[in-house]
Amino acid sequence: MSDLNKLTIAAARDGLKAGDFTSLDLTNACLTAIEGAGALNAFVHNTPDLARAQAAEADARLAAGDAPAMCGIPLGIKDLFCTKGVDTQAASRILEGFKPEYESTITDKLFAAGAVMLGKLNMDEFAMGSSNETSVYGTAVNPWKRSGDDSALTPGGSSGGSAAAVAADLCLAATGTDTGGSIRQPAAFTGTVGIKPTYGRCSRWGTVAFASSLDQAGPMTKTVRDSAIMLQAMCGFDAKDSTSANLEVPDFEAMLSGDIKGKVIGIPKEYRMEGMPAEIEKLWAEGTAMLKDAGAQIRDISLPHTKYALPAYYVIAPAEASSNLARYDGVRFGHRATLAAGDGIDDMYEKTRAEGFGPEVQRRVMIGTYVLSAGFYDAYYNKARRVRTLIKRDFETVFADGVDAILTPATPSAAFGLGEMKNADPVQMYLNDVFTVTVNLAGLPGVSVPAGLDAKGLPLGLQLIGKPWDEGDLLNIAHSLEARAGFVSKPAKWW
Amino acid sequence: MSIDIDTARRVAKLARIRVAEERLPALAEEFNAVLGFIEQLGEVDVEGVEPMTSVTPQRLYRRSDGVTDGNQQDKILKNAPDAREGFFAVPKVVE
Repeated sequence: MSDLNKLTIAAARDGLKAGDFTSLDLTNACLTAIEGAGALNAFVHNTPDLARAQAAEADARLAAGDAPAMCGIPLGIKDLFCTKGVDTQAASRILEGFKPEYESTITDKLFAAGAVMLGKLNMDEFAMGSSNETSVYGTAVNPWKRSGDDSALTPGGSSGGSAAAVAADLCLAATGTDTGGSIRQPAAFTGTVGIKPTYGRCSRWGTVAFASSLDQAGPMTKTVRDSAIMLQAMCGFDAKDSTSANLEVPDFEAMLSGDIKGKVIGIPKEYRMEGMPAEIEKLWAEGTAMLKDAGAQIRDISLPHTKYALPAYYVIAPAEASSNLARYDGVRFGHRATLAAGDGIDDMYEKTRAEGFGPEVQRRVMIGTYVLSAGFYDAYYNKARRVRTLIKRDFETVFADGVDAILTPATPSAAFGLGEMKNADPVQMYLNDVFTVTVNLAGLPGVSVPAGLDAKGLPLGLQLIGKPWDEGDLLNIAHSLEARAGFVSKPAKWW
Repeated sequence: MSIDIDTARRVAKLARIRVAEERLPALAEEFNAVLGFIEQLGEVDVEGVEPMTSVTPQRLYRRSDGVTDGNQQDKILKNAPDAREGFFAVPKVVE
């Protein structure tokens, strides 16, 4: 059977159970697709031998009739997840050669469920970026192009390699992580689905830390159903992560009834940004109409502190990053600079970190150091944490008033050209996260669903934001939106 | 609030990142762009609002204070740039 790599998780699961093909067939189809997709630079460490061994094990489990939904499904794993014995660099030079002696909880759970790892995926360095351009591996490239225009576009970031790989059918699905929008923005840029669950749903153990109070892992998939299936396998309590939620994980897929009658969907007026492209505005209105048509009740709402989410984020995330990234000191793992005669330990730290971190990571670590330094801690860090409380309160208020989910655009634009933002100041790039970052600050689940194409033929996404721990309901609404939007476009193969 | 070159130098030192002297003016300018953006937070009235410590209402849970792991010296040293005789090796720290 050809084109097995193009299957969804759901279709592959059913085909595997029916014995139409094996996990090894699926895995080989993906490995062949990866071999031919060097131009996308999505996979940066390939693990074909491991993949085939895992596929053979999965086939044995399938034959024995003991196979969970993810059994035999070939995945790409973001380079941020520690994978035992396999290069894990967080796309940074400072972790060059690092091969963890342990497995992250997320990959451990996926492997226990029988999933197959094809390799590690490109990303922004330490997940800091919105275009995959800060990666030590060079940028991943979006499989989509503007019609009649050959310029290479960003797949978004930081999970850019994950998004590109899923959109180009190099794998059936991929893991991503989201600190300010790093799953949802790349999903929107590539016509794929990505969900960031409620903070605490997915264990952070063994995932290279960026901003620990915001980081969450999640699936990046071809459909909402696939997100439900894969998220199920990723969630669950983990004693090794002190912020992991000790809550039952419901059967997300079983909750995809498609029935959203009577659900109250909030439309926040503050997300109607000045200068928002007409196409985004139109898509949002169309999405609203689709949910109304499906029986939902539409309500205008206000989230008054929205405007302050990005500035608060750019205090809190760098502050946490400066603390988390202090561990990269050239002592225990990764890169150490070559030292001159007479260099002391401070020289070693300073030279190692100057060589090992790229410019954006250095900038954020230093901003974080500044906002935490004596004299500024209250003015910046504590202020931002107070504003964060208010941002969360905005959401709590509308949910308490009966809103079930909130519909917003996922991004302020379609995918932009690689290099296009090179001369912009850092703040311009940060604006990419304007619609997604509130969700991380409030710890809520958010999903990006492909909803249409712009005039140049590029995918656009809508975001649905749900109540804490209500991923099942959120995915059901997303499923309904997906069905009505009927997005089926795929990028034309040029790679 | 504006960051001058001396402040940029001090922040780089605190962050243990070596920055060449000639890079400092550009770095100070980048800091100012980001901090200028952050300044907007000054508009928000946060009187009586607690700084967030945990985004979910749960408290950090406790476990019994016992040893659950250990005896992995080889694994711990495996990725070290310089490990000798069972230790991480670094340049001389104490004169």
